[in-house]
Amino acid sequence: MSDRVNDGSQLDRLPATADERVVEGRATRQELLDFWDERYAVAPGIFEHYSFWEKGGGKLWAFRGEAASPLEAEALGMTFLRTRQEHWKPTTNAVQRFGRHAEKNVVELADAEARRFVAGEDQHVDWDGDWGYLIAAHDLAGDVEPLGVGLFIDGELRSQVPKGRRRELIDGE
Amino acid sequence: MDVLERYEPLVDDFSAFRAACERPLPSVVRVNEIKATPERAMDALDDEGVAYEPVEWHPGLLRLDSTSPGRTWGAYHGWLHGQEEVSTLPALVCDPQPDERVWAACAAPGGKATQLAALADDEGTIVANDRSLGRLSALRFNAERLGVTSMAVTNRDARNYSLKPFEFDEFDRALVDAPCSCEGTIRKNPDALDEWSLEYIDSIAATQESILRRAVQATRSGGSVVYSTCTFAPEENEAVLDSVLSAEDCRLVEFSCALETRPGVTEWQGETFDRRVRKAKRIYPHLNDTGGFFCAKVEVGG
Repeated sequence: MSDRVNDGSQLDRLPATADERVVEGRATRQELLDFWDERYAVAPGIFEHYSFWEKGGGKLWAFRGEAASPLEAEALGMTFLRTRQEHWKPTTNAVQRFGRHAEKNVVELADAEARRFVAGEDQHVDWDGDWGYLIAAHDLAGDVEPLGVGLFIDGELRSQVPKGRRRELIDGE
Repeated sequence: MDVLERYEPLVDDFSAFRAACERPLPSVVRVNEIKATPERAMDALDDEGVAYEPVEWHPGLLRLDSTSPGRTWGAYHGWLHGQEEVSTLPALVCDPQPDERVWAACAAPGGKATQLAALADDEGTIVANDRSLGRLSALRFNAERLGVTSMAVTNRDARNYSLKPFEFDEFDRALVDAPCSCEGTIRKNPDALDEWSLEYIDSIAATQESILRRAVQATRSGGSVVYSTCTFAPEENEAVLDSVLSAEDCRLVEFSCALETRPGVTEWQGETFDRRVRKAKRIYPHLNDTGGFFCAKVEVGG
C-alpha cells in the first residue's frame, strides 16, 4: 500500500497513527495533536470533535462535520497546518480560531506592534522564548485575541499574515 | 426602461418605495458568533472610536457609522462580516441546529452560508455549494476568516446535485438563495438593473424552479427548505413556489419575522397562483429601510 500518493484533487482523512498510514510522509492525527500540544500547549481535547484531512501535499485541513474519505470537494472546514517544510506552520485562520487555547509560545503585542503585524511588517520584539513560529496576539475588548502566526528569528518577528488578510487598520487615536 | 414601474400594482405607497430605492443603504455588519459575542464586538468598536447603532430586530447586527468597516479590528479578526440587513433573514428562518446537515445550494460569496454555520454553533455539517468557481474563492476566504470549521465547499450544478460524496443521503434543512434578477439590490448597486430583461427573468425562473425542486428532494421528510431571492418579480418568487408546490411533496409554512413584510401575491399579470403562496413574505425597501427581498419556508412531506 506504500505506493499510494497524495492526490491534489481530493481530500483524504489523516490516518489516526503511523500504523494506519498508507501515503508515505503523510502526517497522522496523533502527530498533529502532539504538535499543537508540544509547541503551543493546546490540549488535544480541544480537537476531540475534529477530523483532519490532506489535499495537495502538506496542506492540512480541520473539519467538524460528516464526510466520507476520500472526498472530492473544494474545501473541507479550514486550512489548518502546512507540513511541507521541516517546521510545521499553522495557518493564520487556524491560529485565530484555536490560538486562544494556547498556553505557550504566544507573544503578546502592544497596540502599535499589533497594527504593524497585521499590515504584514517585520519588527523587533522583546521575546526570550523559543524561536520559530509563534502565535502573535494582542489585547482586544478585555481579552487576549490571537492575530496570526509570526516567525521569530534573531530578535525579529516576521509577520506571516497572507497578503489577502493584511490590513491597514483605522487609527482610532 | 423603468423596471420598477411594473411593480406599482403590488406596492402600497409606491412613491415611498421609489424614493427608498434611490437612497443608498447604510453599512451593516453581522457579528460572527463563532468568534465573538455582540457585546465584545461592540466593545472593540468602542475602543477604536467607530460609532455604530444596533439594529433593533436583531441583536447581532450593527449599522456602522464608517465608510471602511473592513479596516476595523473586528473585521480583521473575523468578528464582523459586512452583510446587508435583510439578507440575514433566510438563515434565521432556516434556523439550523447543532449536528444537523444543511445544504446551502447557491452559497457564494458566503454571507448566508457562514451565518448558517454560526447559527448551528459551527457544530453541524454545512454543505456550501456554488456553480461559479470564481465566486467560490470569495466564499472560501470568508469562511476561513470567520473561523467556520463545519463547512464542506463544493462546486457543482445545484439542479442535479448528488450527495454521494457524503456519509449521509439527505439533508435536514436547505437554503436556496437563488440566483435572480437582483432588483432588490438596487440600493447597494445602482447598476443592478442595467442588464434586466424579461427573457432573463424567464430563463432564471426555470433555473430557480429546478434548484428548489432538487432541494426539496434532497431534504428529509419533516425537514425544511428556505427559498429566498433579492427580487420583486413574481415570476421568480410566487410563480416558482406555485410550480414546486404542485410538483413536489411539500407545503409552505408560516414563519415569524421581526421586519415589516407583505404576503406573497396570488395574482400577477393575468396569472393566478396557489393561495398558499401568501405565507411567503415580501420585503420592500421603504418598509424597514433595507434592500428588497423575498423569503418563503417550505416543509418537506405531507
